[in-house]
Amino acid sequence: MTAPTKSNIVLDVSGVNKSFGGLRALTNVNLQVEEGKVHAIIGPNGAGKSTLLNVCIGRIRPDNGHVVFNGQTLDSHQPHEINQLGVSRVFQTPEIFTDLNLLENVMIPAFAKRDGAFTFNAIRAVSAEKELREEAEEILHDVGLYERRTHLAGSLSRGDKRRLELGMCLIQKPKLLLLDEPTAGMARHDTNMTIELLKRIKARGMTKVIIEHDMHVVFSLADKISVLAQGTVIAEGLPEEVRGNPRVKEAYLGEAH
Amino acid sequence: MFGNLSRQDWVMFLGFSAVVLLAPILFQPIGAAYPAILEKFCIFGLFAIGFNILFGLTGYLSFGHAAFLGIGSYAAVWSFKLFTMNVIPAIILSIIFAGIFAFVIGFVSLRRSGIYFSILTLAFAQMSYNMAYSVLTPLTNGETGLQLTLKDPRIVDAMFITPGTGLPRSTLFGLEISGGGLGGFYFTAAALIVGFYISMRIFRSPFGLMLKAIKSNQNRMRYTGFNTRPYLMAAFVISGIYAGLAGSLMAAVDPLAGPERMQWTASGEVVLMTILGGVGTLIGPVIGAAIIKYFENIFSGFNENALNSVFSFLPDTLRDPIVKLLSLFVGEGWSLTLGLVFMAIVIFLPGGIMEGVRLLTSLFKKGGNGNKPAVSGQTQPAE
Repeated sequence: MTAPTKSNIVLDVSGVNKSFGGLRALTNVNLQVEEGKVHAIIGPNGAGKSTLLNVCIGRIRPDNGHVVFNGQTLDSHQPHEINQLGVSRVFQTPEIFTDLNLLENVMIPAFAKRDGAFTFNAIRAVSAEKELREEAEEILHDVGLYERRTHLAGSLSRGDKRRLELGMCLIQKPKLLLLDEPTAGMARHDTNMTIELLKRIKARGMTKVIIEHDMHVVFSLADKISVLAQGTVIAEGLPEEVRGNPRVKEAYLGEAH
Repeated sequence: MFGNLSRQDWVMFLGFSAVVLLAPILFQPIGAAYPAILEKFCIFGLFAIGFNILFGLTGYLSFGHAAFLGIGSYAAVWSFKLFTMNVIPAIILSIIFAGIFAFVIGFVSLRRSGIYFSILTLAFAQMSYNMAYSVLTPLTNGETGLQLTLKDPRIVDAMFITPGTGLPRSTLFGLEISGGGLGGFYFTAAALIVGFYISMRIFRSPFGLMLKAIKSNQNRMRYTGFNTRPYLMAAFVISGIYAGLAGSLMAAVDPLAGPERMQWTASGEVVLMTILGGVGTLIGPVIGAAIIKYFENIFSGFNENALNSVFSFLPDTLRDPIVKLLSLFVGEGWSLTLGLVFMAIVIFLPGGIMEGVRLLTSLFKKGGNGNKPAVSGQTQPAE
């Protein structure tokens, strides 16, 4: 494996530690995500995967260590500032606007992308924003929810909510997309649909960090895999390398016992 | 500027304006067609519309909006005392003061959400109320309230007109506003219609959509790249300005201002109005305001004699118990009836009267268009 050059590293997590009370969630975690790649983080339950993503989006501040995105340190940024820099996230439990319809759900992130963190735009009507609307409709086509664009988001099934949230992130064309178990709790059919969708957007060259339990999903998408166990990265490499790694097997088997 | 609204919205706006302007005729049968009560409908309607921009769109329940109402009234009366009896400067002054106070109170209160936000706003309002009562007496004239006197300077008026013998009346460039004439009603009606139009534009704008999204999921808004604080601040200040405007109109139709306008009961009343009519709907708050003011002013005037005459067709033996029973609910008992109505609405129609209207219309339309698009920004009970 060739060492990545400094210039094509989009996300650089170095020496991050985080404890919750007496529990060490992350211990000296290093992670380098290359531009345009899909980087999967796998590991048993409680390995600190979600904590790591939360550190990346500013939801949790690390005790020490740094998260650098595109040459900028994210340590002291607010969540909305991190998003405005180009980081979007799909959560483990879908975070959507349940009281609004699907079209509005997807248009709102587009407003954030176009108008920034705050714009007092009370003069034009939302219905007059044709461009954003078309953009949103296109995204809804992509995620397969176009027919239901006028439904309330709260009425969707869990799988559909996930895809809606993915659409809400995609419309922002983020430089880095973080996905926290995008297929967890989905039926097989739904999972396959989501994999297809992720493959299609992979072609668009968006850098992605994906947390996943489902090995089928991981091996069909990832360019590189980091294995996290008990808060540390125990293995890292190409999918084939990780698959044969004895420490990884141990971590997973250890969990199974 | 006048584009961008859908045809449906225009129909609603024109219908609303027509009802408001024709109110002196339309409300004849229910005995509420005289200017004093119609002015109350308009003023409190405006107050509730503004409150709804905060509560209905963002879900932040303020329990201190009466503070802005009171500030608006005081500012207006001071404008009458110092400068001129013309209502325009009074209104402008009220808006400025209410806006400044809303900014300060909002800046502190919006650091918290949910019940803590409500308590903070309540604390500020009660603080304003008590200060108006005590330490600020030179500004507010304490318990008596701020009133016009013959010795007021009224520097602008003094330059142009020789003062009459009695207390002057507030005017709009010569048109009399105070004094109980229709001029006062049409002035407040115009303010209500303008306020309604602005609120409608806010509801349909990207800004309004962001506020609804904050109500729905503030976390998602943050991770979507929005700084939610300035959005909430803007909504808070706008609704504070509406309250200030309502307060100045109260002073315009009856030039005095007292601290009781800021009391927590007044803040609670606007919450009731909004919930009764329908939180997050455009027209609901106005209907809620009209109903509560109707109960307070007209229904409370029903007494046993009135009931006796209503049931005069019944034989005495039957009439007496009926009148005795019903008299519990009218006259002095108006608040009992209002309380029961309010409970019934909250339990059976959490979306307020507007939800009832929607249910009825969908019942009539059934079969026509079965799967009509779901409208967003639905009424949601307060969290």
